[in-house]
Amino acid sequence: MAQMTMIQAITDALRTELRNNENVLLFGEDIGVNGGVFRATEGLQKEFGEDRVFDTPLAESGIGGLAIGLGLQGFRPVMEIQFFGFVFEVMDSIVGQMARTRYRSGGRYSQPITVRSPFGGGVHTPEMHSDSLEGLMTQSPGLKVVVPSTPYDAKGLLISAIRDNDPVIFLEHLKLYRAFRAEVPEEEYTIEIGKADVKREGSDLSIITYGAMVHESLKAAEELEKEGYSVEVVDLRTIQPLDIETIIASVEKTGRVVVVQEAQRQAGVAANVVAEINERAILSLEAPVLRVTAADTVYPFSQAEGAWLPNFKDIIETAKKVLNF
Amino acid sequence: MASKTKKAQFDVKKQSEAVTEQFQTLQILNEQGEIVNEAAMPDLSDDQLQELMRRMVYTRILDQRSISLNRQGRLGFYAPTAGQEASQLASQFALEKEDFILPGYRDVPQLIWHGLPLSQAFLFSRGHFKGNQIPEGVNVISPQIIIGAQYVQAAGVALGMKKRGAKSVAITYTGDGGASQGDFYEGMNFAGAFKAPAIFVVQNNRFAISTPVEKQSAAQTIAQKAVAAGIPGIQVDGMDPLAVYAAVKQARERAVNGEGPTLIETLTYRYGPHTMAGDDPTRYRTSDLDNEWEQKDPLVRFRKFLEKKGIWNEELENSTIEKAKEDIKEAIKIADETPKQKVTDLIENMYEDMPYNLKEQFEIYKEKESK
Repeated sequence: MAQMTMIQAITDALRTELRNNENVLLFGEDIGVNGGVFRATEGLQKEFGEDRVFDTPLAESGIGGLAIGLGLQGFRPVMEIQFFGFVFEVMDSIVGQMARTRYRSGGRYSQPITVRSPFGGGVHTPEMHSDSLEGLMTQSPGLKVVVPSTPYDAKGLLISAIRDNDPVIFLEHLKLYRAFRAEVPEEEYTIEIGKADVKREGSDLSIITYGAMVHESLKAAEELEKEGYSVEVVDLRTIQPLDIETIIASVEKTGRVVVVQEAQRQAGVAANVVAEINERAILSLEAPVLRVTAADTVYPFSQAEGAWLPNFKDIIETAKKVLNF
Repeated sequence: MASKTKKAQFDVKKQSEAVTEQFQTLQILNEQGEIVNEAAMPDLSDDQLQELMRRMVYTRILDQRSISLNRQGRLGFYAPTAGQEASQLASQFALEKEDFILPGYRDVPQLIWHGLPLSQAFLFSRGHFKGNQIPEGVNVISPQIIIGAQYVQAAGVALGMKKRGAKSVAITYTGDGGASQGDFYEGMNFAGAFKAPAIFVVQNNRFAISTPVEKQSAAQTIAQKAVAAGIPGIQVDGMDPLAVYAAVKQARERAVNGEGPTLIETLTYRYGPHTMAGDDPTRYRTSDLDNEWEQKDPLVRFRKFLEKKGIWNEELENSTIEKAKEDIKEAIKIADETPKQKVTDLIENMYEDMPYNLKEQFEIYKEKESK
């Protein structure tokens, strides 16, 4: 075991898969000699060569097309979009093309592509760097969408994503890259895509969340415990497909639920989680399922992040509404 | 008193003319079927010349029958190809089996001659997934509907070939309108930057639905757009099978020798509408223009050329037409006999491992389908 930040765990997963499978290729803007703008690919070009880890021209759509073409030639592309706000440039390659290739070819072709991309607020980035756009991806049949919140999850999920024979969107929260260190096994291991993780057990309320909001939720849970409430925190880890079993088991146990996301209320996946709970466990509910989200505005100017981003206080407030309904 | 000093002017007119000058149309066979450029004449045997003519005649019949089958409701989406036989078939004729074709929606003929069974081409038209289940060993992907997407993907296929050390190329096609897309530029530019073995073909039939090529760009040729990617560009008479073949053959040789991609613009024309979905070309094309291009018909000039060589005659032409009609009838029969699609089929084709939501939906539809 080693103590790693999430970004180190990601690099470790990439190194593991570059070693394991010669078809794994890493490419994107400044990921080669520079090691990536966040050092996620640090040292990988040096170790595996320019043929495996390489820079591309500055064009997201071209990067997406490159991944698709390489996928058609039997490679296992791991492409990087420097910031997920730039996904609009490559929406067709991802949603219009790679997500549909297996289906449109009746299974003749597949696209074992992993799209790695950072997102998320709290670090005062410029415009279009921190937007939570995962909801756009979860609405696209043919994709799987993974959002890890810990170094351990990041490594196991990224190895699984790379080994998956269908396209996986792997979203890395900027604030979590170096926020803390945790124990990560040095050997290879996988975490099944589509499986949530109960990060904290409790019996009075379920908080269902993902990404940076996992940590805000854990903080809120601690505060609520001081007031005598036992709170369970479910980290979705994969937001498409959802782990219905784990979600419903938690809801049936606690009877009260808050769904927490960093994205705006009209975006993200919270509405989908609420709908699934309503359809499958309404008879277990003691109160309506409420959501903690950001406001339905454009992502804030950086100085306004503190006021705009949901945090543990918002979670406590909403949790109390549900607990006292 | 203000002095009238003459400011130095950058000669933009000269610059623009000098660029256009570099993109002269390559022609080998004129409208009368005469060789006008002996030096560029490709090395083709009599058998090969005959085979190319056979394919062009066959494809003209396929177009006629497809339009008629579409009108009878026996085919669905169909983008007519008549007029573009030299551009489509002579370019495919210059390829090897290992080469990978990324077609646009009008480029079904290239797929057929690269190995896609005719019955599957018809299933593609009707909207059946079995039409896109390309047989193993046939290096094509089904026709691309998103104009430009095939270009960026071709750069990736070509880079893949280069990484495998394969002596093959990726070839892709778009139209004159498609050359305005961002992916058109990105695809060429990526292939150029990676020196990847790709051939980018623009079939300039002068119209993108109703919009004439002059409204797409102020550039005098589409071939010169290659300059922006730093790759060679060539404009050919797209109604001349020998010129198209020669250009693609040369681009292929450059590519497999590691010299990178080429952009080829073929000047061509579609005699029919844009698609069979209600487009009426008389709204935007004059009959004068139609007549002018009918004089350039690739079949007419190639027929004259081969007849003079004594390797084509009415009998060969008629037997080709008969063969085409028979094959089409048989292929439609196979398409008719293909089982209808079920929602469970569509679900099964989504992922290798079905996620929970689809597992649930699969059971629901299986139940429905069993009733």
